[in-house]
Amino acid sequence: MRTLYQFHGGIHPPGNKEPSTQSGIARAPLPSKLVIPFRQHAGAAAKPIVRAGDQVLKGQLIGMPDGFVSSAVHASTSGTITTIGAQPIAHPSGLPDLCATLIPDGREEWILHAAPSTLRQNSGQASLRTGFDYRNSDPAELRQHLRMSGVVGLGGAVFPSDIKLRPGNRKIDTLILNGAECEPYITCDDMLMRERAAEIAQGAEMLRFMLEAGEVLIGIEDNKPQAIAAMRQAVAESGFLFEVVAVPTIYPGGSAKQLIRVLTGLEVPSGKLPTDIGVQCFNVATAYSVYRALAHGEPLLSRIVTLTGNVRRAQNFEVLLGTPVRDLVALGEALPGTDRYIMGGPMMGLPLSSTDIPLVKASNCIIAASDKLFPPAPPALPCIRCSRCAQACPADLQPMDLFWFAQSREFDKAQQFSLFDCIECGACSYVCPSHIPLVQYFQFAKSEIRAREHDQQAADHARERHEFREYRFEREKQEKAERLAARELAAKQAQPAEPSVSPADAMQQKIQAAIAHAREHAAAGKPKNTENLTAQQQAEIAEIEARRTHIHELAKSAAEPPNDHGESHS
Amino acid sequence: MLSALLVMAGIAIVLGGVLGFSAIKFRVEGNPLVDKIDAILPQTQCGQCGYPGCRPYAEAIASGEADINRCPPGGEEGIRKLADLLGVEFKPFGGGTVLKPKSVAFIDENLCIGCTLCAQACPVDAIAGAAKQMHTIIASECTGCELCVAPCPVDCISMKPIGENIANWKWKYPVYTLAQAK
Amino acid sequence: MSAFFSPFISKPDTVSAIMLRVLLALLPGIALYVWHFGPAILVSIALASLTALGTEALMLKLRNRPVMHFLGDNSALLTGWLLALSIPPLAPWWLVVVGTAFAIAIAKHLYGGLGNNPFNPAMIGYAVLIISFPAQMTHWLTPHGLGLAELGFLDQLKYMFLGALPPNVTLDAITMATPLDTLKTRLHLDESVKQILGMPIYGRLAGQGSEMVSLGFMLGGLYLLAARIITWHIPVAFLGTLFVTAGIFHLADPDHYVAPLFHWFSGAAMLGAFFILTDPITSPTTTRGKLIFATGAGLLTYLIRIFGSFPDGMAFATLLMNICVPLIVLYTQPAVFGKKEKRP
Repeated sequence: MRTLYQFHGGIHPPGNKEPSTQSGIARAPLPSKLVIPFRQHAGAAAKPIVRAGDQVLKGQLIGMPDGFVSSAVHASTSGTITTIGAQPIAHPSGLPDLCATLIPDGREEWILHAAPSTLRQNSGQASLRTGFDYRNSDPAELRQHLRMSGVVGLGGAVFPSDIKLRPGNRKIDTLILNGAECEPYITCDDMLMRERAAEIAQGAEMLRFMLEAGEVLIGIEDNKPQAIAAMRQAVAESGFLFEVVAVPTIYPGGSAKQLIRVLTGLEVPSGKLPTDIGVQCFNVATAYSVYRALAHGEPLLSRIVTLTGNVRRAQNFEVLLGTPVRDLVALGEALPGTDRYIMGGPMMGLPLSSTDIPLVKASNCIIAASDKLFPPAPPALPCIRCSRCAQACPADLQPMDLFWFAQSREFDKAQQFSLFDCIECGACSYVCPSHIPLVQYFQFAKSEIRAREHDQQAADHARERHEFREYRFEREKQEKAERLAARELAAKQAQPAEPSVSPADAMQQKIQAAIAHAREHAAAGKPKNTENLTAQQQAEIAEIEARRTHIHELAKSAAEPPNDHGESHS
Repeated sequence: MLSALLVMAGIAIVLGGVLGFSAIKFRVEGNPLVDKIDAILPQTQCGQCGYPGCRPYAEAIASGEADINRCPPGGEEGIRKLADLLGVEFKPFGGGTVLKPKSVAFIDENLCIGCTLCAQACPVDAIAGAAKQMHTIIASECTGCELCVAPCPVDCISMKPIGENIANWKWKYPVYTLAQAK
Repeated sequence: MSAFFSPFISKPDTVSAIMLRVLLALLPGIALYVWHFGPAILVSIALASLTALGTEALMLKLRNRPVMHFLGDNSALLTGWLLALSIPPLAPWWLVVVGTAFAIAIAKHLYGGLGNNPFNPAMIGYAVLIISFPAQMTHWLTPHGLGLAELGFLDQLKYMFLGALPPNVTLDAITMATPLDTLKTRLHLDESVKQILGMPIYGRLAGQGSEMVSLGFMLGGLYLLAARIITWHIPVAFLGTLFVTAGIFHLADPDHYVAPLFHWFSGAAMLGAFFILTDPITSPTTTRGKLIFATGAGLLTYLIRIFGSFPDGMAFATLLMNICVPLIVLYTQPAVFGKKEKRP
């Protein structure tokens, strides 16, 4: 039996996981419209490579990764792209973001050939749906393939998986598969482990291979005995030496850093990554999609979403990415009283401003909420410093102090007291007897600090550019002066015989020289770079000249007052 | 009585010596205050303060000839920081100063005649384009100082406010039900 | 959508419910109080409650805060009860009113109201009274069966509100100094501890009657611990320090220094350990801070009891340690997850 460790704090909210685990994962029917955001992952949005009107096939790349931290976006089914533009997405701001609208043709026709940028360009015929012999492949190629397959962490952070698989400066001793699923109501990982344990185990082996990791631990909270049993059986059948560990049920035990602590006793240092202590952590659903991408060549097109809360039939559905929340909710039939929907769990979830919002890679759960299910919190009272929040904080923070600083906008102090070690799990808000929205204060303070840092960087950058410009001016001035001095020196050396020139004569000479210079200049005529032009270039010049005369005329007519009184309107 | 006086005088002399020594030993070159003020200023180099750039304004503040509430791009936040640094009271903007939303310049390339006047005016070299070629603002470098707007002979430069988007969106100050007293 | 944030669920716990349970936890002690000293204390408590609520409402109104929203939090009520329990039950009505009003208006609201007061309001009220009206503050009722005379409930009321005693009854006949005070006075007269404790006003542990009241408070405190309203750190550190310090002195000179258990069950020690020092607003938030805070309070309480001139040291020890709370908290910050070194 493995020794398990504890982390400080944590809470035990009611799980409410039973309703959605009564029946297996169902495949959601094809919706009539898909809205596919180009930013479904942490980092930069993918760059659209299709246009409105394009016909796309299922699995076709429609968004190219743009930048280091970015990932690909694909058409979840075959059909027509009707628009590319800003549409509402699941984001706390409620602001729209760039999305493609895809009207499915119902044929679910897969793309046959690899997109030009995917792996094995040389073969040209490699189908996206063929797997790889990953053991004989270069890990870098595999990572590139995952990137082009849009594989990101499905636990909620949606961080591109290929980046987490890059070799670091330290050997990975332990690969952890996160099947804890600590947040109430959510059961998508639970059901995935129950039904697709073998694929998860294969995916874990692929991850282990790419990371060259030592041991593999699969951490599952002990409130999911069926998932634990299924994973144990799958691991035993696969022959891999993975260990399935039942971890105590406590929120937020599924947070990566907390799970690492429970399983290994190690704390990821503040501001560092798990890889710095030789650990890497992936969600079980991520392992599953890695398996699909490498064994079947399938990009990430769907995910399991729990539909629960105030619905007649709570269940898990395999949903195409881009499916509007409305279509999913229709499958479970919201009960009367439902007046809002939450994406994610009740602890960290996001209230949705509309049901048109599409389900994306980060969407693990949709909760139909009513006042009865989630009664509105009573009005807040001042903090009485009861320190229940500090007792519940899994990061060992002192939320009541951070709240004080955030409330009074003392951001330096907040930072000093480790605000950025807050994982925003909501445990403090959950236990607060004064019902203070603590997490909101921390999110506010964090985004203010980030904005400030951004402004500061921009200012420093501007200063640099300004100073360089000043320096450039100075240098040009100096060079000019040097040239002048050199010319004068040359002139002096040329006329050594006439030492006694009166100042007036010297001035006269200078003027003469300037006139000569001007004449010379005039004689030279056109600048040399206008000779030997192609017809096209000349046409362009003519066009510019024409426009310029037009503008001059416009400027002239604008300068001349149109009215009769001749008043100036400069 | 006398011994007490002597002891006190002795201590005074020793401490004075230590102070004098450390003043020489740990002397800070230059005027760090100007640097500190300059670090707070937003570096738009816009001259709205009446000085030809951020650094001259910083020097003016440091020497006490300029007030701290002359920098509109820095916003109230900037004044607050300056007030903090200098240990003076916060001072709101003087009358007539309107805070504008953060903007970047935009050149209407159909009108631009390539005169380079704007590029010469730009304090941070954020305008690309050679003589007689159309110019373009490098939006990521533009500080929104508006110095390029006036020199343009054909009025082809306008300021476009940067709207709120997913990338620059910030969490709002939480609505604390108590804040609204009955 | 506004004001609708995650987390959407919360523990069904409110400030009002917490304060209410603290009030409930005081009931065993109050019941024993009534049993041993008569119902006068109930009048004091009622008077303090009314004054506390009235002052609270007035201050909230003046500070332009939602009155009903705050009145329901029960914190003013708790302050009133604690103060009433700290002063002699037969105190004249105006003493209770002045003390409570001062505690709520000055010690609580002038510092910013609930959650912002650095000092325990009830203890401030007590300190003001004992400094301003020392005579009235020493008229403690003699427990049942010990005094020369005993007042009926009506006579008690009459004295509290009108200051009139029945004929043939002197104040000295019905009141006495606290057992702690008596001990101190007698020790100054060079009597030994053993001799003094032989007096009829002393019971098995400490003062006759008052020891039972302390026991009642301890019971209530244990309930608070069981209900996780308070943590063990403050009561254990406070009582432990008091015990150890008293024990050392007692072992060194048992004739002059009374046994530790006497200190536990005398005066406001139990009330302080479980109800006063544990006030979250005026005690440290960190675990180590709580230990330091309560240890300091225990030490000070003992020193003031033995070497000071006041009858009890609880109030001043509490207030002195209240001052240190910000410093204690600053220096006892726990190491944050992933940070070995401590925070500033």
